[in-house]
Amino acid sequence: MGEASGGRRPLIAVRDDGIGNLHSAHKGFEHAGADTRLTADRGLIAAADGVVLPGVGAYGPCMQALRSSGLDEVALERVEAGVPFFGICIGMQLMFAGSEEAPGVTGLGIFDRPVVALPPTVKRPQMQWNVLDRRVEHHMFDGLPDETWVYFVHSFAGADGDDVVATCHYGTDVVAAVARDNVWAAQFHPEKSGANGIRILHNFVTAAAEAGAD
Amino acid sequence: MTRSIRVIPCLDVDAGRVVKGVNFVDIRDAGDPVELAALYDAQGADELVFLDITASSDQRDTTAEMARAVAEQVFIPFTIGGGIRTVDDARRLLRAGADKVSINTAAVKRPELVSEISREFGAQCCVVAIDARSSDDTESGFEVYTHGGRTRTGIDAVVWAVECQRLGAGEILLTSMNRDGTKDGFDIPLTSAITAAVDIPVIASGGVGTLDHLVEGVTEGGADAVLAASIFHFGEHTVAEAKHVMLEAGVVVRPPD
Repeated sequence: MGEASGGRRPLIAVRDDGIGNLHSAHKGFEHAGADTRLTADRGLIAAADGVVLPGVGAYGPCMQALRSSGLDEVALERVEAGVPFFGICIGMQLMFAGSEEAPGVTGLGIFDRPVVALPPTVKRPQMQWNVLDRRVEHHMFDGLPDETWVYFVHSFAGADGDDVVATCHYGTDVVAAVARDNVWAAQFHPEKSGANGIRILHNFVTAAAEAGAD
Repeated sequence: MTRSIRVIPCLDVDAGRVVKGVNFVDIRDAGDPVELAALYDAQGADELVFLDITASSDQRDTTAEMARAVAEQVFIPFTIGGGIRTVDDARRLLRAGADKVSINTAAVKRPELVSEISREFGAQCCVVAIDARSSDDTESGFEVYTHGGRTRTGIDAVVWAVECQRLGAGEILLTSMNRDGTKDGFDIPLTSAITAAVDIPVIASGGVGTLDHLVEGVTEGGADAVLAASIFHFGEHTVAEAKHVMLEAGVVVRPPD
């Protein structure tokens, strides 16, 4: 996929917590037209046109890693400053107030409600491709087919709210994507969802380029 | 839609190269894992499994390099199995771009490894591969084998699967050693015994010779994912054809483009 609008490749900082596979997110954003850095450097994150909070693993250790590096404050400050911000999987869950997975651990609170367990009637984790049921049209979904399949791996998901832009059906309606102002979040892995996923990353890169040009 | 079934081609790799007769007419380099991964992605594969058969441990770095190269070009999930004995082995592959690691003999030798990998990186990336063969010496009638199916363990395969789930495995990759390479279809009694015993996803493997076998693994075996090698590699069938057959049989899969 080519460059985002404006000619200059926007700088996307993908936060590196040193755990698990973040290489795919890094390369996915490159593929989607961004100049991408996998980094834990505050200065670089503060200077980026867009900030990505990825994450795989468990809620408690991921939140702890974010806090002990001081990057929780940097993340909140970037969100407050209106910089395009994208949380993916556990990164999305960290943006909620907390999680049933780690009682007592306080999240970033960008979305003021908890992350809850998937219903006990279905296999956990949900480890499969599923269809996005879009609630509203959003820039995140630009250029996607009517029936868009994306890859999920998770046992918990954010509680429902009026900023939810897509759900998927897994035992019940599960929150799949949230968006509010400059903040995007996806429970699925766009960096692992083939061409549709790369398109979603490209849409974010475009948003970052536009915000950076303002 | 609540459950969709994953179709997973499996590739054997030796020192970072795909081996064992992958034979496509329209491929430039049948040994290039990136080119093959991209081809299977284009056919509609939901995930890929790379089985590392590299014998010499000083060539293991080539496997991480391969993971890096694949992850830079192909944006679907992939698992690497073979030769993973420690948390550091797992870390190297996950950091290079693998989404999951699969452990087999090392987990039987030291079950805590399952917990260690699960705790460090999350259950979702901890796959335990179980090679099983029928046996009169275990209660379920299936016994765990290690070292590529050569070594008996005396362990009941169903008991071991339940134990792996308890230890923190996020998925079971179940291979029937009776059926592997036979093209007679999955071992349905084995597959259904394991899927009935655990709550985590189970990938059925071993014995696929026709596309109907893939359907049986799901409808009769209860598998969450089906893995095959030779029927895809030799150009007999594409993943897209497999999915059309499954869809016609009423199995929910992500439709190919």
